[in-house]
Amino acid sequence: MNRLIRRAALAATALALSAGAPAADLKVGLSISLSGPNSSIGIPYQKGMLAAQAYKGEVNGRKIHLVVLDDGSDPTTSGRNARKLVEEEKVDVLMGASGVPATIAIAQVGKETRTPMIGLSPILLDPAENGWTVTVAQPTQLMVDAVVDRMKRSGVKTVGYIGFTDAWGDLVYSALTKAAEPAGIKVVSNERYARSDASVTGQVLKIVALHPDAVMTGGSGTPGALPYLALTERGFKGGVYGQHGLINPDFIRVAGAAGNGSLMPTGPVIVAEQLPNDYPTKKVALEFRSAFQKVNNAPTTDAFSAYSFDAWLVFADAAARAMAATKAEPGTAEFRLALRDAIMSTKEVVGAHGVYNFKPGSLYGVDNRARVIVKLDNAQWKLAP
Amino acid sequence: MTWDVALILGIDGLANGAVYLLAGLGLVLIFSVTRVVFVPFGDVVAFSALSLAAFEAGRAPATIGLVLTLAALAVLAEAWSLWRRGEARRIPRALVGWGLLPALPCLAAWAIAGRAVPGALQVVIAIALVVPIAPLVARIALQPIADASVLVLLIVSLALHFLLSGLGLLFFGPEGSRTGPLASGSLTLPGGFPVSAQVLLMMASAIVLSALFFLLFERTVAGKALRATAVNRIGARLVGIRPTRTALLAYALASLLAGLIGVLVAPVTTMYYDSGFLIGLKAFVAAIIGGLVSYPLTAIGALAVGGVESFASFWSGALKDVIVFSLLIPVLMLRSFLAAHAEEEVEEIDP
Repeated sequence: MNRLIRRAALAATALALSAGAPAADLKVGLSISLSGPNSSIGIPYQKGMLAAQAYKGEVNGRKIHLVVLDDGSDPTTSGRNARKLVEEEKVDVLMGASGVPATIAIAQVGKETRTPMIGLSPILLDPAENGWTVTVAQPTQLMVDAVVDRMKRSGVKTVGYIGFTDAWGDLVYSALTKAAEPAGIKVVSNERYARSDASVTGQVLKIVALHPDAVMTGGSGTPGALPYLALTERGFKGGVYGQHGLINPDFIRVAGAAGNGSLMPTGPVIVAEQLPNDYPTKKVALEFRSAFQKVNNAPTTDAFSAYSFDAWLVFADAAARAMAATKAEPGTAEFRLALRDAIMSTKEVVGAHGVYNFKPGSLYGVDNRARVIVKLDNAQWKLAP
Repeated sequence: MTWDVALILGIDGLANGAVYLLAGLGLVLIFSVTRVVFVPFGDVVAFSALSLAAFEAGRAPATIGLVLTLAALAVLAEAWSLWRRGEARRIPRALVGWGLLPALPCLAAWAIAGRAVPGALQVVIAIALVVPIAPLVARIALQPIADASVLVLLIVSLALHFLLSGLGLLFFGPEGSRTGPLASGSLTLPGGFPVSAQVLLMMASAIVLSALFFLLFERTVAGKALRATAVNRIGARLVGIRPTRTALLAYALASLLAGLIGVLVAPVTTMYYDSGFLIGLKAFVAAIIGGLVSYPLTAIGALAVGGVESFASFWSGALKDVIVFSLLIPVLMLRSFLAAHAEEEVEEIDP
């Protein structure tokens, strides 16, 4: 009996404390895939977020709380998670997710419940109708533009394309054709293969027979390594260009020597140590590296964790300005509105991936400083300015 | 298309065909003896490839745990059925046969994992490690319903495939692996055209194994027992052949074939936990061309599938698989047109 009373008393105190404490701490709601096929992307996102929380845990003396929910790699669940985060946890900002469909699902909830949303993946939405959403990811066009610039500089006149049969293959192809025409480069093939294919010999033979100066591939992860292996086997001598979907340790493992010398665009954080000292993001990128190492006890090997880190920095910067602009406490609708306006007027916030400038009417906030071209050299990414 | 390209595609097609040929032999063997379309065949292929990749990466393959779990389940199933039949004194023998025997390759695998051993030994142990899988799975799930209709057996074997490929995802993760080449170098054909030694090895394996199969069926008692069971199960029982014993042999041989395919394809294709399924499916097309009974027709079918796949990937990469699987339609039409319709499922035997 005695123990029961003591326990009740304890619970009451805890309740009083939590209610009595200024309910004005900031709250970030993250919905991510921690299980299922997308977890290889979701887990780094979470680790990066934890590193960010350790790096910048409070704004103007107010703590930032992080609530993480797992969507099990199902976009429907991430929409439900977002609703739960807003209605039950009263978060000030939503973040996510490990894929384009899940990110769109969260953005819809953000729009409906009038909660700002910072996406971690590229999103394809009409910015005019989605005033509550921004994303820290680089648009595909920005990345592919960098590749085409590089092709032009190397004197490439014709380029063959081989990519996935899915939306990613389409996205890269359309970005390539859009950038190639003004650069005077002709895209001579549009070969496709499925992620599950065992061989691309036929497609590669067709490309090699056209004798293009270079080949661009539109794949991601380990299946993206297939064209590299087949091109090497066929003795293709021209340059091979990839895109940021291939920046991944598993790609290096499977492509092996065949990937050597290929060029791809990525966020500068991947080669942070090799950046010139005056590169705008170098300092933050290195700080991100050490914060990540301290929190997770392992070095970063991917580009994903840095997106969470940057989203956190963008939020922290906007929250400071929102507090100055409004008397409303965090957790209220007025504060969320002020936060949205603050995010939408973000100016020159330096992150690990790039320098962010958001404005109404655009989902993306990065520029040329958020991309570098790297070269795969003996299983290491080397900056290739 | 020039002759060069056609030659490259032709050789690529032969290499693919060699793999489908071996897989087709395994499928026909199991089907003719047990009437089971063994869908998990492809998963065994993937397991052997991924086990070899694990050895090369210096890790103990997760297959060890899988085989031991299956062996434990099989011992339980066997002991339970023996006890129910009042033959409890034979349980120790079942323990040795179903429990200890599959554990031997596991022990070997565990011993060499992480050590510098010759590549050939790794290959042999990777194959040996997956040999128990098909017999164990069949003992647990298929033997108790051995006399069910073909459709029920097919559905159970499909369920087994999903189970095994789920376990594959759990054990090996979603990312793919490649292994080092078994044979390096290349042979230059007249006309200065190189063929890699790995491709030659694949074709040679297919030819040698087909010949061994032929000898097994023609010259050995066990092979003749397999053939007899395939031709007529009741007749085979009447002359003293035990169907469960021949089924076990068929599963073990098929598992061995799957293991060989796994190590043969792993150096030339990136293997994922679920890549085996597509190999099995294309071999199934080849087996259908052989009517699921004829070995020579299956071999021709396998080479045709490999060739069509290779040329289709050149003409239209995106539609490659559609073209390969469309082969089934004319083949099935032709077969049903030519075949005399026999009564199906007339055999009824009790276990």
